[in-house]
Amino acid sequence: MKGWLLHHRQAAAQAFRRLSATPLNTLLGALVLGIALGLPAGGEMLLANFLRLAQRVAATPQISVFMALDAAKKEVAEIESLLRKHPQTREVRMVPREETLRRFKESEGLGEVIESLPRNPFPDAFVVVPRNESPAALEAMRAEFAKYPRVEHVQLDSAWVSKLDALLRLARLAVTLLAVVLGVALVAVTFNTIRLQILTQQEEIEVSRLLGATDAFIRRPFYYFGALQGLAGGLVAWGTVLIATLLLRGPVAELASLYGIEFSLHILPLADSALLFGLAALLGWAGAWLSLSRHLQD
Amino acid sequence: MISFDQVSKRYPGGIAALGELTFTVESGEMVILSGHSGAGKSTLLKLIPAIERPTQGSVIVNGQNVAALKRAAVPYLRRNLGMIFQDQKLLYDRSAFDNVMLPLAIAGVATRDAGRRVRAALDKVGLLDREKAMPVALSGGEQQRLAIARAVVARPAILIADEPTAHLDDDTARGIAAMFHAFNQVGVTVLVATHHEALFAPFMTRRITLSHGRLLP
Repeated sequence: MKGWLLHHRQAAAQAFRRLSATPLNTLLGALVLGIALGLPAGGEMLLANFLRLAQRVAATPQISVFMALDAAKKEVAEIESLLRKHPQTREVRMVPREETLRRFKESEGLGEVIESLPRNPFPDAFVVVPRNESPAALEAMRAEFAKYPRVEHVQLDSAWVSKLDALLRLARLAVTLLAVVLGVALVAVTFNTIRLQILTQQEEIEVSRLLGATDAFIRRPFYYFGALQGLAGGLVAWGTVLIATLLLRGPVAELASLYGIEFSLHILPLADSALLFGLAALLGWAGAWLSLSRHLQD
Repeated sequence: MISFDQVSKRYPGGIAALGELTFTVESGEMVILSGHSGAGKSTLLKLIPAIERPTQGSVIVNGQNVAALKRAAVPYLRRNLGMIFQDQKLLYDRSAFDNVMLPLAIAGVATRDAGRRVRAALDKVGLLDREKAMPVALSGGEQQRLAIARAVVARPAILIADEPTAHLDDDTARGIAAMFHAFNQVGVTVLVATHHEALFAPFMTRRITLSHGRLLP
């Protein structure tokens, strides 16, 4: 056990020495891997932020029920009691047309337009939070509410949620595909680096074998080399994404505030960062393994 | 300790390098293997650490038949042998100290002990003050002594050397020969292939002679 640990420490130290013996090559290698990993990592960062935003905006689906413009207060009250008694509704919020008018008058730009209208253009409305959020149940409720007297229009607010959902799934798939393709690139780059390393160390490998080195002893430093190089690439990628996040944070917050949303870009989540480092090291190791199987003759 | 029984070595293409060799080197013995160049001395020596495998016969080292040894067991066989190669096989990108350290690193000797043993080995061959030197900065004789230090640092019971005095001037060569004798005096089994038999004559060692791949009686 002690000897095993010693061997691993020596192999790691040797890999580190080989990396630091050619600092320029190491740096360039880390940059190449860093840029390759930076693309999916950056995509993941944007996606994570977008998911956070989407969750905040569309936590639960809602059904908006709009009354006819000329519906009387009494008729509106009847519908309200119908909605409240409905077994499938969890929450019903009444939005009087006067309140809607007031809100729009206060808003920038629209105020004057609304002011110039001869009468209130907004209907009374209800926002219904359903108990059952499945698309089928939502659709059934929409159809039922549409048949109520004096109801002009029923809108499912879940339609855009499912569109957003589909879009996010697509984006997730794109980021994953990008990660796979560039992960393969990382393995290929490591494969080649290790091939060159084996060629440079040919003499050392031969002499070590003659002096009684096992295959494991000879391979170990190369595994560490591949993993360390991958990890260096992961660090470069992480740093690049961090800098990009910090640079984009101000402009994004500004843009969001123009839409009345308070939003600030978050850096790559901890779990994703750990995944990035883990995968980078693992892929480097895999590249080394492939290269050793191919190029290290017995 | 080393025992050859009816050993033949034939290279692909039918070239017979060694034919029906039978001899034994006893434990603690020093044997000189002589013969003209091309007689098969190097091939014979390569059979002992399983660098080459015999086509026929058995090579017994420390009670193990090397000819039938599994690939995975070969490293452990080699760790018990001290080998000095014709072309020395030093690593030119590291210091004298690190060259001698290599067998101990391979065997997994803890760094602190290893450092002490490396210095002891360098001291034995008179290179203690050159431990930081790179091999290229050493003379031919010093390089040969460095190769010897690397061979003995792991304290092997058997020392095998292939032409250790080639390309050395007479004085230096005599010094190297004396060094092998000194190792033999402290109990190491020594087998040296050389065509400078005269260098070892003062030590009254047993001599076996190869000619065209066969032992002369």
